[in-house]
Amino acid sequence: MAIETKNLQVKYGDKLILKNVNFKVDRGEIVTIIGPNGSGKSTLIKALSRFIKAYSGKIYLNGRDIYTIPTKEIAREMAILPQVKHVSADITVENLVSYGRYPHLKFGKRLDKNHKEIITWAIEKTGLSKLKNRYIGTLSGGERQRAWIAMALAQKPNILILDEPTTYLDISYQLEVLELVKELNESLKITVIMVLHDLNQAARYSDKIYVLKSGESCQYGRPDRILEKKLLKDVFRIDAHIYEDKVNNCPYFIPHKII
Amino acid sequence: MRKATLLIIFVLLAVISFFISVGVGAVKIGPVDIARSILYEKDTVNYQIIWNVRLPRTIVAALVGICLALSGAILQGIMRNPLAGPNIIGVSSGGGFFAYIILIIFPQYYYLVPIGAFLGALFATLFIYSLAWKQGALPTRLVLAGVAVSSLFSAGTNTLMAFFPDRVHGVLGFMVGGLSAITWQDFRMILPYAILGIILILFLPNKLNILMLGDEVATGLGIKVEKTRFIFIIISSLLAGAAVSVVGLLGFVGLIVPHIVRLFIGSDYRYLFPGAIFFGASLVMICDTLARTLFAPAEIPVGIIMSALGAPFFLYLLRKKEAM
Repeated sequence: MAIETKNLQVKYGDKLILKNVNFKVDRGEIVTIIGPNGSGKSTLIKALSRFIKAYSGKIYLNGRDIYTIPTKEIAREMAILPQVKHVSADITVENLVSYGRYPHLKFGKRLDKNHKEIITWAIEKTGLSKLKNRYIGTLSGGERQRAWIAMALAQKPNILILDEPTTYLDISYQLEVLELVKELNESLKITVIMVLHDLNQAARYSDKIYVLKSGESCQYGRPDRILEKKLLKDVFRIDAHIYEDKVNNCPYFIPHKII
Repeated sequence: MRKATLLIIFVLLAVISFFISVGVGAVKIGPVDIARSILYEKDTVNYQIIWNVRLPRTIVAALVGICLALSGAILQGIMRNPLAGPNIIGVSSGGGFFAYIILIIFPQYYYLVPIGAFLGALFATLFIYSLAWKQGALPTRLVLAGVAVSSLFSAGTNTLMAFFPDRVHGVLGFMVGGLSAITWQDFRMILPYAILGIILILFLPNKLNILMLGDEVATGLGIKVEKTRFIFIIISSLLAGAAVSVVGLLGFVGLIVPHIVRLFIGSDYRYLFPGAIFFGASLVMICDTLARTLFAPAEIPVGIIMSALGAPFFLYLLRKKEAM
């Protein structure tokens, strides 16, 4: 078990956002969290990435309580790409990627040859070799997202957490990012946990889908079990037709109307 | 490579500024004579002038520049706000208010002004921080709390001035910032903090670079965001407080120096910190030289020169760089 939560509750101020979440991810899986706006998807991601503290319940990383593990040690095991991230336009791609080595650096030490090889590897793996000396400010949205993924890769994580990695991207860049994520999962056996808004993309790229509704888990399973008429009606309030995508071997749906 | 070249230029600038600052005045002394007096000649008139008058003032000017520039550079980083400066965390207003209390109400204890200003600066920072704290101190809340607390202290200062109008003249020098009566005593006051600042740049630029990526990314990379931010704010407050206590309210340096250096050298703190050190030192040394020589024998406060020259130069750079 890579990540597991037990009776997880999370509060924002007085408001209970996650009510009782039991979430499990096995090693090597791609798990996508879906749910309507306000269902607690991002909150769950933030709790898993120890950015928000749990109000009650437990979060386990490889079987260990996440709050007992030193934060730098977690960063060597698990990389996170949140929705909100900033970067100065005058930082180069290589520079940004090199920050991924921070959790592996001892206090006051500099990046040696070994670190630099990993940085180069992460840049190659994300197809950014030609752009490595470019300033972030000059990149397209898709290239920028790949640069962030390269930074996460430079952490050499076993688990990668992505909060809406395709938001604000054109459709081709969306596929590019998701293909990259899938490729990393297959070639490096990285466990992936992500939030997606596009349910068809979730069905296509995930091993399992976790459905949240008002802070509670309502379904968890393989895409063909999740993408069903009844669930789409109950959770997303839409009437939809389900089809099968024979090319990608996954279900997809077309919404007809709001219920 | 280009960044390294720029850094060397900043270092050269600081060296040149040093020789101009020590050499120019009622008696002009050339660079060779300066070096000779500092290194081995002990019994000349030049030696007396340099060691007793010029050198303490030049060195303190440089250290003040270093402290304020580093303080501003840190704050702009952790607040992710290019307009952040020592004023934002109440260093100027807090330090100023405490200094005014001493200068106006207890003028007989004028020698306590440095320590009072220093404590005031630190107190204001902690006050702002505790006001902004709510499960963490977000940069926006810090900025807002800073603005509010600053105007509170300003109100206090103005009240003092309204009640003791006859004593206002004596505090004018402190208000605009000046280096006219600097001695080796002031040097000893500010030195520890400047050293602290320089040690800092050797160890902490990576942390600040990562903090700039946002709280969530920084957490993901294994940084304890709140703790790190608090440490940086305290260091920043110490640096600016030390500078303010010696020269008065010269906060403007802390705003523009990091900005100017950033325009040239970029936002990577591994280069920005050393750049800010050398450029901050150069700028204050040069402005102070102008302050005491432009209308010699009369002297105008360095703060006035700084704003009068610094602001237009800064705006010029900003527009030029934007156009590029």
